[in-house]
Amino acid sequence: MEYILNPWPWYISGPLITLVMVILILFGKNFGMSSNLRTLCTIGGADKYADFFKIDWKSYSWNLVVVLGAIIGGFIATQFLSNGAPIDLSIETIKDLNTLGFSNAGETLLPPEIYSWDAILSLKGMSILIIGGFLVGFGARYAGGCTSGHAISGLSNLQIPSLIAVIGFFIGGLVMTHFILPLIF
Amino acid sequence: MNFLKFLFVGILFGIILVKSEAVSWYRIFEMFKFQSFHMYGIIGSAVGLGIVSVYLIKKYKIKSIEGQKINILAKNKSFINYLLGGTIFGLGWALAGACPGPMYILLGTGVFSMLIVIAAATLGTFVYGLLKSKLPH
Repeated sequence: MEYILNPWPWYISGPLITLVMVILILFGKNFGMSSNLRTLCTIGGADKYADFFKIDWKSYSWNLVVVLGAIIGGFIATQFLSNGAPIDLSIETIKDLNTLGFSNAGETLLPPEIYSWDAILSLKGMSILIIGGFLVGFGARYAGGCTSGHAISGLSNLQIPSLIAVIGFFIGGLVMTHFILPLIF
Repeated sequence: MNFLKFLFVGILFGIILVKSEAVSWYRIFEMFKFQSFHMYGIIGSAVGLGIVSVYLIKKYKIKSIEGQKINILAKNKSFINYLLGGTIFGLGWALAGACPGPMYILLGTGVFSMLIVIAAATLGTFVYGLLKSKLPH
């Protein structure tokens, strides 16, 4: 039980993510989470505004069920399968985060400096979540996939477009982490 | 049955991503700082095993559980949309610390402010749909 309650090492987690992908392939589907955002747009009536959303959303509804499961999985993992152990971040990371003004790094999954109600009720905090989310949604669709669709499924299928997209993920991530975050915090 | 099997996959996915800490903003920050092997180990082992799995599925022409031919969708052969879109995605990923799977999972862990990120990501997708024909692909 202790093994389950503690954070799982990468060599357990990584292969289990492959398992999720393989199960979906064997179910005749593909592992890709960001397409749900397009489905949500279509359900919300976006097909009236752009052809891109003229899809039969019912044929993608299986993926919305995966989303529902993911929410439940997040709940189960934190409520029943965790012992509250802090994230074992590297010393350098904690030091760098302290310099940026993040205290208690790793004690929760997300930094309260960004995600607490206090933070999001400020203009800065609200802007971070809105801009961050917008870029993720826009970029994922422009690139035709996200971490699951490109980095996991696409690379597993040895697709060059996915490699280009993942290189893009890293260009963006490195610029944000090394140059923009220090300007914001 | 169809509903339950996809629900099960989602639950499995959610549990794995929380327990791996891949849903953590801190882990994403640490990854982009190259200060830990953790995230590279997760993605690397997932992809390594994924390459073998996909290869075997194709080689032995394994059928889906409904007996259908497995068809892994190939992506269009273009370049600039992957690089530009990927870069935009990466900027958001490192800022919000959540990509399109984890944002739902984190909602399940009780972080309700994630609803703002999900709403903004849906808006981002909508704006992409509006601008698609004007963007380089």
